[in-house]
Amino acid sequence: MKKHLFAALAAVALVSGCASTAPQEDEAAVSVSVEQDGQDEAFVQNAQDRVFFGFDQSKLTAEAVNVLKAQAEWLNANTGKNVVIEGHTDDRGTRDYNLALGERRAVAVKNYLISRGVEADRIRVISYGKERPAVVGANEAAWSQNRRAVTIVKD
Amino acid sequence: MKKVILWAFALLLASFQAANAELSIDITGARSEPMATGLPAFSAGGKGARDMGDKIARVIESDLESSGLFRILDSMAYLQTFKGIGDAPVFVDWQAIKAEALIQGHVDYISDRQIRVSIRLWDVYAAQEMYSATLEIDNKGWRRAAHMIADAVYKRITGEEGYFDTRIVYIAETGSPLKRIKRLAIMDQDGENHQFLTDGLNLVLTPRFSPNMQQITYLSFYKDTPRVYLFDIETGKQQVVGDFPGMTFAPRFSPDGHKLVMSMAENGNTDIYELNLDTRAVRQLTRSPAIETSPSYSPDGKKIVFNSDRSGAQQLYVMDANGKNVKRISFGKGRYATPVWSPRGDYIAFTKMAGGKFYIGVMFPDGRGERLVAEGYLVEAPTWSPNGRILMYFRQEPPNRYGIPGATKIYAVDITGYNERRLITPVDASDPAWSPLLSNR
Repeated sequence: MKKHLFAALAAVALVSGCASTAPQEDEAAVSVSVEQDGQDEAFVQNAQDRVFFGFDQSKLTAEAVNVLKAQAEWLNANTGKNVVIEGHTDDRGTRDYNLALGERRAVAVKNYLISRGVEADRIRVISYGKERPAVVGANEAAWSQNRRAVTIVKD
Repeated sequence: MKKVILWAFALLLASFQAANAELSIDITGARSEPMATGLPAFSAGGKGARDMGDKIARVIESDLESSGLFRILDSMAYLQTFKGIGDAPVFVDWQAIKAEALIQGHVDYISDRQIRVSIRLWDVYAAQEMYSATLEIDNKGWRRAAHMIADAVYKRITGEEGYFDTRIVYIAETGSPLKRIKRLAIMDQDGENHQFLTDGLNLVLTPRFSPNMQQITYLSFYKDTPRVYLFDIETGKQQVVGDFPGMTFAPRFSPDGHKLVMSMAENGNTDIYELNLDTRAVRQLTRSPAIETSPSYSPDGKKIVFNSDRSGAQQLYVMDANGKNVKRISFGKGRYATPVWSPRGDYIAFTKMAGGKFYIGVMFPDGRGERLVAEGYLVEAPTWSPNGRILMYFRQEPPNRYGIPGATKIYAVDITGYNERRLITPVDASDPAWSPLLSNR
């Protein structure tokens, strides 16, 4: 476990080392590559795997709708695949509420995919609230990347 | 967990003496100077008992000083040495070093494993005994004996129940900030007797004690299915609560321990449900398309405070325990969350978010008298000391500009806003929940 922590910190330090040349370093969110167990490469390439939300919002933006259209197309062409939609929040809320908000976001994505013809029983939702951020940072650039719903392909 | 302590103690009657201007501390109002207190080495029957007496005295000292209400005077200045519990204090010697209170103690081994601890509390200026007691305990229980004595002194001086003989259940955090490992952990109120209860394989959140302290209710992501669980402290057994179609979370026991109140999220809507633990019957208490969560019972079990975003942003509401008569109580600027009813019934503690900051605060149950007692980048999840005078919560420092995450630690603060202090934990810590007084359960 200690090893884990060290590796993670080293990764963070490494990435931020590169980011420090960026002009707005204070606003730069530090990205750390996230392992995605079983995530389907073709899916990630053909249709982006995530959509983003406004603060305390679960409404799909126009940008999100475009991503989800592509996801629905891919799913309608790959009917053997099922998905789990993970709802996430930034850390600017309390734990319980963020679990509920993450669920709202995941269900918003699920309902849209259903409206585009994906069968409901191929979609499972789970909320992680603020427990699994995509990036570390105390600024809007980081928070906006963490307010997301990620579609994970399962066989 | 093993049943560590076998109790065979007899708390002899305190000898109260009437006095006109009695030594006391008012902990409800403005901040007062800590009471200068003498705590000389305990007299003892033999070497082993002397070592035990020293250990017990150190815990009493640490408890009383952590309250911010007592200042234990430097033992180098003491003029009198006690040889037995029958020795009377030489009051002028204690007045000379400006001690207001004096704690005298004595320890004997009454068998290989049993100790007897006697204690006397003196009002130095009135030259009067305020309290005396004798405990007989298994020597493994010496820490609890010390906490019980500190509670007795605290109660005699402040007129309020103490809180030192209590435990904290919380979430121990390790690992990457992106995939935090979270474990249930339990410890004494002062951080001692620390124990991890789960192995970290499953994400766990928001533990709460049952009123009799036999169980902990919490949220576990076991099998990627977030549900409310019960953890049996005696056996370590974990058991999912009920068969719900959606995520269940934010559980709390009713004051009588027979019910849980919690949230369930399904199809994008979160409402509050009551679960009868005896019959497993489920009752839905709120019915709105908004998020209703973080429910907490009033100490009489008749009302529930919760937060809802039905007005457009999170605010606090109070309803009858059957879901009727919902009333909004928070109207200040910002969002209000995680309300917790004080065990005394007089306040509701909450987390507030406003202007990019988080606060811990208290208000009366009708929403008046809002007062903030802590602030930070992220402070969250207040929990009450059993006497309703202290709040514990967690504080997460922001990551720095290089993305190195800040520490997450548990803090305590008096509801006056004074005496904020950090609890020492082996790793990062969040979601604390304070137990009832062990000796009262």
